[in-house]
Amino acid sequence: MSSEAHKDYAGAKLGMWLFLFTEILLFGGLFILYAVYLFFHPKDFAEASNELSLFFGTLNTVVLLTSSLCVAVAVSALQKGNRKLTLILLAATVGAAVLFLINKFFEWSDKISHGIFPDSPILTERVPGEVVFFGLYYITTGLHGLHVLIGAGLLIWVFFLVRSGAVNEKDFVTLENAGLYWHLVDLIWIFIFPLYYLIL
Amino acid sequence: MAEISSASAKSDRGFLTPSGRGLFGWIFSTDHKRIGLLYLYAILTFFMVGVFLGFLIRLELIAPGRTIVNAQTYNALFTLHGVIMIFLFIIPVVPAILGNLVMPIQIGARDVAFPRLNLLSWWIYVIGSMMALASLFGGGGPPDTGWTFYVPFSTEATTTNVTMAASAVFVLGFSSILTGVNFITTIHRLRAPGVTWFRLTLFTWALYATAWIQILAGPILAITVALIVVERVFGTGMFDPLKGGDPLMYQHLFWIYSHPAVYIMILPGMGIISDIIPTFSRKPIFGYWAIAVSSLAIAFAGSLVWSHHMFTSGMSDMAVFVFSLLTFLVAIPSAVKVFNWVATMYKGSISLDPPMLYALAFIVQFLIGGLTGLVIGSAGTDIHVHDTYFIVGHFHYVMFGGAAFAFFGGLHFWLPKFFGRMYNKKIATWAWGIMVVGFNMLYFPMLILGLQGMPRRYFDYLSRYQPLNVLSTVGSWILVTGLILMFVNLFRGLLRGPEAGNSPWDARTLEWTISSPPPHENFEEIPVVDTYPYDYS
Repeated sequence: MSSEAHKDYAGAKLGMWLFLFTEILLFGGLFILYAVYLFFHPKDFAEASNELSLFFGTLNTVVLLTSSLCVAVAVSALQKGNRKLTLILLAATVGAAVLFLINKFFEWSDKISHGIFPDSPILTERVPGEVVFFGLYYITTGLHGLHVLIGAGLLIWVFFLVRSGAVNEKDFVTLENAGLYWHLVDLIWIFIFPLYYLIL
Repeated sequence: MAEISSASAKSDRGFLTPSGRGLFGWIFSTDHKRIGLLYLYAILTFFMVGVFLGFLIRLELIAPGRTIVNAQTYNALFTLHGVIMIFLFIIPVVPAILGNLVMPIQIGARDVAFPRLNLLSWWIYVIGSMMALASLFGGGGPPDTGWTFYVPFSTEATTTNVTMAASAVFVLGFSSILTGVNFITTIHRLRAPGVTWFRLTLFTWALYATAWIQILAGPILAITVALIVVERVFGTGMFDPLKGGDPLMYQHLFWIYSHPAVYIMILPGMGIISDIIPTFSRKPIFGYWAIAVSSLAIAFAGSLVWSHHMFTSGMSDMAVFVFSLLTFLVAIPSAVKVFNWVATMYKGSISLDPPMLYALAFIVQFLIGGLTGLVIGSAGTDIHVHDTYFIVGHFHYVMFGGAAFAFFGGLHFWLPKFFGRMYNKKIATWAWGIMVVGFNMLYFPMLILGLQGMPRRYFDYLSRYQPLNVLSTVGSWILVTGLILMFVNLFRGLLRGPEAGNSPWDARTLEWTISSPPPHENFEEIPVVDTYPYDYS
C-alpha cells in the first residue's frame, strides 16, 4: 500500500520511458534484418514492395495518426478536468485501433488469397529476396498488430479507470503512460509504413 | 508518513514475521525482501538441477565412448545444463536475489520503485522456468541444440522441443527486462536524502550498470528467440539462404544480446566483491570512483564486442579485426577493478571470514578466466582453440569461478542480515576450501585439453585425452561435495544458528544500521546520509 501512499510521478514516467525504449529495441532487431536483407537483395525488395497495397497502408497511417492525436487530447482534457471528453476521445482511440486491425485483416487476407504467406507453395517459388521480404513483412506487421491489440486493451482498461474516477485530473499518470504506449505503437508504424510501402 | 509506523514493523523477526496469510503472504507479497527470498528459493532449485546435469555430463566423459548415456541424451544434457545455468541461474541470480534483498536498503528506500511490477517479474520468471521444464517432456524430447539455438539446426533439422525452450527464454527475458526497468527507476528516484551518486555503494553501482544492459540487450534476445519460434512454426525463412535469409544474421542477433549478457552475469558479482573487500580489510575501498565508472565502461564497451564469438563463422577480416580490438578494450576496466581490490587489501587489517575467502577465490579465478579470455579474444589464437574445451574452461572460470563464487560470497555476507542468524563459520571455511580445490581440478584440465585440441560438445573423445578427463570428473565430485556442505551449513545456520546481531561484520553501509531481520519497509524514518559508504578509516 505504501506504493500508493507516496506515488512518484517522475518515477512512473521514467519507468515507462525505459520500457518504451526496450520496445523500440525489440523492433530494432527486425529493422536490422530489414537493413541487411535490403542490402543483399535491393531489386527483389523493390519488386515485392510494389505489391503491397498503398491504399491500406496510407489509410492505416491516417487512422493511427488520428488516434494518437485523440489520446494526446484526452490527456489534456483530463488535466483540465473534462472527464466526459476524455472518455469520448479514449473511445475514439480504441475505435481507431479496431479500424486499424480490420484494415490489416483485409490487407493480409488479400495477400493470403493470392497465395502469398510464409512457406506457401506460390511464395517459395519466387526469388529468395522476395520471399524474405514477405517474411519480414508478416513478422514486423504481425508484431506491430499485436502491439496495437495490447495498446487497445490498455486504453480500454484506462477508460474504465477514468470512468470510475480512479484516474482523474489529480492522478492521471496511468492515462499518460497508456498514452505514451499508444504513441509508441504509432511511432513504430511511422517507420514501418515508409520502409515497406513507400520508399522502394 | 503516519501510516508507515503501523504495528507489524515492530516485531522481532522483521519482514520474516508470518503475515497470517501463509504461503500467499509470500507469493503475493510486494516486499522487496520477500521477493528476494522467493527468487532465492526458486533460483537455487534450478541451480541444483543444473549442477546435477553438469555432474552427469562429467560422468559421461570419464571414459571415451558410451559410459552412462547415449549420444542423443548427451546432447540434451549439455543443452539443458546450458539453458538452465544461463537463463534460470546465472543471469537472474545476483540482481534478482541479492539486488532485491539489499539494494533498496543500501540506498535508503522502503522498497523498489514498482513493488507490484517486482512481484510480476518473479511470477514471469516462474512461468518461464516452468516452460523450460516443460520442454523436457513430451513432443520430440528435450532440446539438443546447445543453449545458443544456432540455426539452421534449431530451425530446420531438429525435431526436439526447441519451440517450447525458445519460448521459455523469451518469457524469462521479459522478467529480466522488467527487473532492469525497476532497478534503474529505483536508483534514480528513491535514493534517500544525502545518498548522492558518489555515495552509492559499489554493489548498487554494479546493479545500475547491469540494469542498463538488461534493458538494452534483453529485447534483442526476445526478438531473436521469437524468430526461432516463428521460423519453426511458419517457416518464414529469416535465416534460410534458400528463402533469402542469412544464418550469420542469427548469430549476430543472438550475440548482440548474449555477449552483453555475460556482463549481466559478472558485473553484479564484481559489485559484491567491491562491498566485501573493504569490510574485511577494514579500509576504505581504493579507487571508488574508478570502480564505479569501470562498471559503466564495461557495460558500454561490452555491448560492442559480440562478434568475437563469430571469428570462425565467416565474417570479413575487417570485422574480425575490429571486434578483436574492441574485445581487448573490455579488459581495461576489468583490470582496473582487480587492481583496485588488491590495492584496497594492501596494508589492510584483513580478517579471513567466509565472505572474504569467497572474494579472494573470486579474484584469482576471475583472473584466470579473464586472461584466458584474452587468448580467445585475439583472432589468431581463437582460430586454434575455437569450439574446444579451452572455451568451456574459460567461461566456467568466469561464470562459476567468478560470478557464482561472488554470489556465494554474497550469500555468506548478507544472508545473516536477512535471517538474523549466523551459520557455522568453520564449516563454511571448509566448504569453501573443498570447493576451490574441486573447482580448479574440474576446470583447469579443460584449458589444457582444449589446447591439445579436444573439441567441446562431443560425446566421445580420443583415448589420449582420458587422463585429464578423469581428473576433471573427480574434480566435479569434490566440487559437488563442497557445494552440498556449503548449502547445508548455510541454511542450517540461518534457521537455527546463533543470533547474528545487526552488523555481524561491522560493515558501514546502510543495510547494517537497521535491525536484523530488517523490518517491513526497512526504515521507520527515511535516513539522511552524510557519509561515504566505506568509511573504515
